[in-house]
Amino acid sequence: MSNIPQDLKFTSSHEWVKQLGDGITEFGISDHAQHALGDLVFVELPDIGRALKVGESCAVVESVKAASDVYAPLSGTVVAVNDQLRHTPELINRDPYGGGWLVRLRPAAPAAAPALMSASEYALHTAQD
Amino acid sequence: MPFIPHTDQDVSEMLGRIGAPSIEALFDEIPAALRVASLEDFPAALNEFEVMQLMQARARQDGRPLCFIGAGAYEHHIPAAVWSTISRGEFYSAYTPYQAEASQGTLQSIYEYQSMMASLTGMEVCNASLYDGATALAEAVLMAVRANRRSSSARILLPANLHPHYRAVTVTTAGNQGVKFEELRYERGQGHTARETLEAFAGQDITALVIQQPNFFGVFEDVDALTDFAHAQGALVIAVVNPTSLALLKPPGAWGGKGANIVVGDGQPLGCPLSSGGPYFGFMSTRMEHVRQMPGRLVGRTVDLDGRPGFTLTLQAREQHIRRAKATSNICTNQGLLMLAGTVYLALLGAEGLERVAALSMQRTEQLSHVLTSIPGARRLFGRAGFHEFVLGLDRPAAPVLAELSARGIEGGLDLVDYYPELGPALLLCATETKTAADIDSYGRALNDVLRAARAA
Repeated sequence: MSNIPQDLKFTSSHEWVKQLGDGITEFGISDHAQHALGDLVFVELPDIGRALKVGESCAVVESVKAASDVYAPLSGTVVAVNDQLRHTPELINRDPYGGGWLVRLRPAAPAAAPALMSASEYALHTAQD
Repeated sequence: MPFIPHTDQDVSEMLGRIGAPSIEALFDEIPAALRVASLEDFPAALNEFEVMQLMQARARQDGRPLCFIGAGAYEHHIPAAVWSTISRGEFYSAYTPYQAEASQGTLQSIYEYQSMMASLTGMEVCNASLYDGATALAEAVLMAVRANRRSSSARILLPANLHPHYRAVTVTTAGNQGVKFEELRYERGQGHTARETLEAFAGQDITALVIQQPNFFGVFEDVDALTDFAHAQGALVIAVVNPTSLALLKPPGAWGGKGANIVVGDGQPLGCPLSSGGPYFGFMSTRMEHVRQMPGRLVGRTVDLDGRPGFTLTLQAREQHIRRAKATSNICTNQGLLMLAGTVYLALLGAEGLERVAALSMQRTEQLSHVLTSIPGARRLFGRAGFHEFVLGLDRPAAPVLAELSARGIEGGLDLVDYYPELGPALLLCATETKTAADIDSYGRALNDVLRAARAA
């Protein structure tokens, strides 16, 4: 059973989303996703300042057996990326919801925020996966 | 056992399942005008003996001319050990060795190829070959667009003195994928691309500059100045090189202050016969920082569970069987056998042998130039130094001259009129180590006779 923190929101493509305050949103990939991918060896991150549309492919996580796109869980502008992952991508395996975060962005229009899954909805989703 | 596994019954069951009336109906989307309705224009089948007779007759038509044409494919001596080694059953396949546990020998040979080519080009990593030099350049352009994240223009600068076939293949392949090309003119008296020509692009968003060294005319480019200019603009540098020449020239990894970013070329000069234009193999090397954008197979060295060294395909997550539509290329089965010929050739010659081939080719080309430019009606068009090719201007159209030489058993060069009409009558000529002083003298006499007869006529 993978770890699904109750205070986070999730997407069906296995990204998690956290509100940091100051209007900044952070996201990464879920414990379920990192477990399915296996040992991560490389992460490609978007440039700071890039405008992302919800659902747009914005990062790539590569493991010893697969490379997978990460999709923006909401629209917004990239304000920070986790540079530590460039040299230590295994942070995603060790701590997917903390040190393994991928991108921080400033959402474009809070009103237009997409419907994200709650932790319990995501638990059901991964059970069916 | 039948060689065709589907019986008529299998076929009709499969068609029935997908609801198609016939196999023909599956090809309906191909316009009728493009389809061959019948094979009635084809000759009847021949038996093995008849095919052999026909092929021998065709081969005799080729003759054994004395060939002074280079232009991207070069006649070098190939030690007999090259093709006898690669014809061994253990090696004789072009296919990718996916099954590492059963393919250690092939994987090791590819690893050695990659190591030698990375060293020759001054790069950190080399892939397990591409189709040929021209398609390798097209792939390099697409790779540069992916790799240069500072550039969003997808604009590539292509010199006019880059091989015309490389230009055509690259523009055809990448031009339909949103890449835009700008042509750089060459200096009419010297044949190279002047750094000043690039000034027009200063401050603009350029994704990459292509530099061929030596260029199509055989002339040396000022690679340091061109590379530094491109890097100062935020552009990547794609080097197109002749591997033989690298035994003498500065490797692209040492061009300018930072070195080229991607190096490509045709591996044919390394152990592959001219063979009517192919098959050859393309090579591509780069720096580790760009490795995930590089197309093609890569073999790496690793250790097994017991710590013993071994070889395996690596970084496969870039490739289409894992990355699907987002893979860095559609290259799968490559030119493995030709690449192996290159590997054995390089291993047999060694660094010193390759240097002697390069030096001798350069020396023979100088002799050829010396002999031909002493003939009335012939002159060198470009003053700048070069490797083992040069452009000879003639005082009359080249085609009839070449036809006369051909009748005397000499392929006297490539007529440039279709590629560079602005040069006037001109030939691109090459002499490698395979051309003796006697060969060069006999060409000189023949050309002198042909031009004198043409003047008298």
